Amino acid sequence: MPVRRLIVLAILTVLACVLFLTWGARGDMGFVLQFRGGKLLSLLTVAAAIALSTMLFQTVTGNRILTPSIMGFDALFLLIQTALVWTLGGSRFAGLDPMWKFAAESLVMMAAALALFGTLLGRGRTDLNRMILTGVVLGIGLRSLTALLQRLIDPNEFAVVQSASFARFNRLEQDGLLAALCIVGLCALAVWRMRETLDVVELGRERSIGLGVDHDRIVIKILLIVAALVSVSTALAGPAVFVGLLVVSLTRAILPSHRHAILLPCATLIAALLLVLGQTLFERVLSMQSTLSVAIEFLGGLVFLFLIMRSRRS
Amino acid sequence: MISVQNLSYVTAGKRILDDLSLDIAPGQVTALIGPNGAGKSTLLALMARLLRPDNGRITLDGLDVHRTATADIAKRLAILRQEQAPLGRLTVRDLVAFGRFPHHRGRPTAEDHLKIDTALDQLALSDLAGRFVDTLSGGQKQRVLIAMVLCQNTDVVLLDEPLNNLDPAQVRVVMDAVDHMARDLGKTVIVVLHDLNHAARHATRVIALKHGRLFAEGPAGSVLAETPLSQLYETAFDVLTHNARPMVVAR
Ligand SMILES: Nc1ncnc2c1ncn2[C@@H]1O[C@H](COP(=O)(O)OP(=O)(O)OP(=O)(O)O)[C@@H](O)[C@H]1O
Ligand SMILES: [Mg+2]
Repeated sequence: MPVRRLIVLAILTVLACVLFLTWGARGDMGFVLQFRGGKLLSLLTVAAAIALSTMLFQTVTGNRILTPSIMGFDALFLLIQTALVWTLGGSRFAGLDPMWKFAAESLVMMAAALALFGTLLGRGRTDLNRMILTGVVLGIGLRSLTALLQRLIDPNEFAVVQSASFARFNRLEQDGLLAALCIVGLCALAVWRMRETLDVVELGRERSIGLGVDHDRIVIKILLIVAALVSVSTALAGPAVFVGLLVVSLTRAILPSHRHAILLPCATLIAALLLVLGQTLFERVLSMQSTLSVAIEFLGGLVFLFLIMRSRRS
Repeated sequence: MISVQNLSYVTAGKRILDDLSLDIAPGQVTALIGPNGAGKSTLLALMARLLRPDNGRITLDGLDVHRTATADIAKRLAILRQEQAPLGRLTVRDLVAFGRFPHHRGRPTAEDHLKIDTALDQLALSDLAGRFVDTLSGGQKQRVLIAMVLCQNTDVVLLDEPLNNLDPAQVRVVMDAVDHMARDLGKTVIVVLHDLNHAARHATRVIALKHGRLFAEGPAGSVLAETPLSQLYETAFDVLTHNARPMVVAR
């Protein structure tokens, strides 16, 4: 039965993609397809990055409310980016080869995430309240630091980072798309190869070790993958705090399973469906290009509140 | 065979296990007893490599459990913890099935499914197999976790207070399973018990810990006697004989 739902989801996603490519296309079809194809590809890359990173993060932390963005991962990425512009200067930064720039940013991000979150997540599936608080405080701290750096930057160069600082699904960055695709592809492959181990990791540290899973090493590996994926989604689409939460909550509602072999593809498809369909709707029907991220964030925020309320009661 | 050599464990500035050395008899049920806070759970967690010792080492068939690949240890040693982290939304069968993971690493075979059914059956869980574990009562949950350990089918089985939450009939089911593992399957079982009469009835040997040190060790009959028990728990006991076994009553 889960497999059938997965197939239905896949078909719906393909239909949404076709709709996105062809709806209201006029004139030179080849040009339209090429233009929209690039956009679609970045949407799908972002969708996969968000879905996989959120799902993985919830598996290692063993809770259903926290996501990398709530814990401040994308704030960390913005800080790194801003710091790069500050040290290199805006024009030199913009002039970097996108492929290398991206790879470097992701690497720095992975190291920083390990340093900041490694100790927090490894041992502690500490209590949820402490985790949320830490995340919020870290997020605020990182964002303020970013804002401070942005003040220090030459106003002309500020434009380079400013566009990167808010969520935007309508104007996805396409510069580093190839690098982004490679990173997401590699991460997805690594994750898929440990899908059965992830089922065990979800049982908690002690049970994982008892069942022969080197838990501490897996946690570090997952943390690195999450950091790389967040680099991709933040670089392409800006920081989006609640999308991931919305996606995985929908996934768990539609397909209640504990098997990552089902959950991971399902979450990816739902994220793709949400972004592609949402973008088609807002761009072609409502003609409100920039509001999709607002709408999705709003919905995701509601889900977050709902989950918090529910966990308080139980 | 498990052998503990000069084991020390310190946490929060407190010495919890202090230069402990002991050998566990293979193929038998060994009861681990001692007052609350004596260090029984800590010792079991160290044996199962869930904690790292500050000093000393633990070997299993000559392999240092903290230096051998954790996947290899999982095929030889299984543990039931006293404190359980919350369980997600899994069915009883799904959870018990995880016990086979060390053997198939994610690709269960027909034999694995057979072992799962046997374990469910042995702990009288067949009727509950489709239920979600988060809807079970405390005692039912405890039996599911024991079934998972059973399913792992290891030579060494560590059970930390397996009788928690169980009614007398279910205590019997679990202790029968313990007997079966040692007597019929030749497994080495170490079980933490607070009910000394269960220790008397099911254990061949008894190890008593106090303040993180070895207090007494030997055949059940010699440790479960009035003098050692009264000193161990600092409260008076009478030890009677019932069906040729010691029976302990608080005085
Ligand atoms: N994380 C910890 N921090 C501080 N002290 C600890 C910690 N874990 C255990 N202890 C202490 O170590 C000692 C031994 O604990 P342990 O759980 O091994 O006892 P036990 O013999 O299993 O007791 P019980 O019969 O109550 O289960 C206790 O005094 C306990 O307070
Ligand atoms: Mg204990």
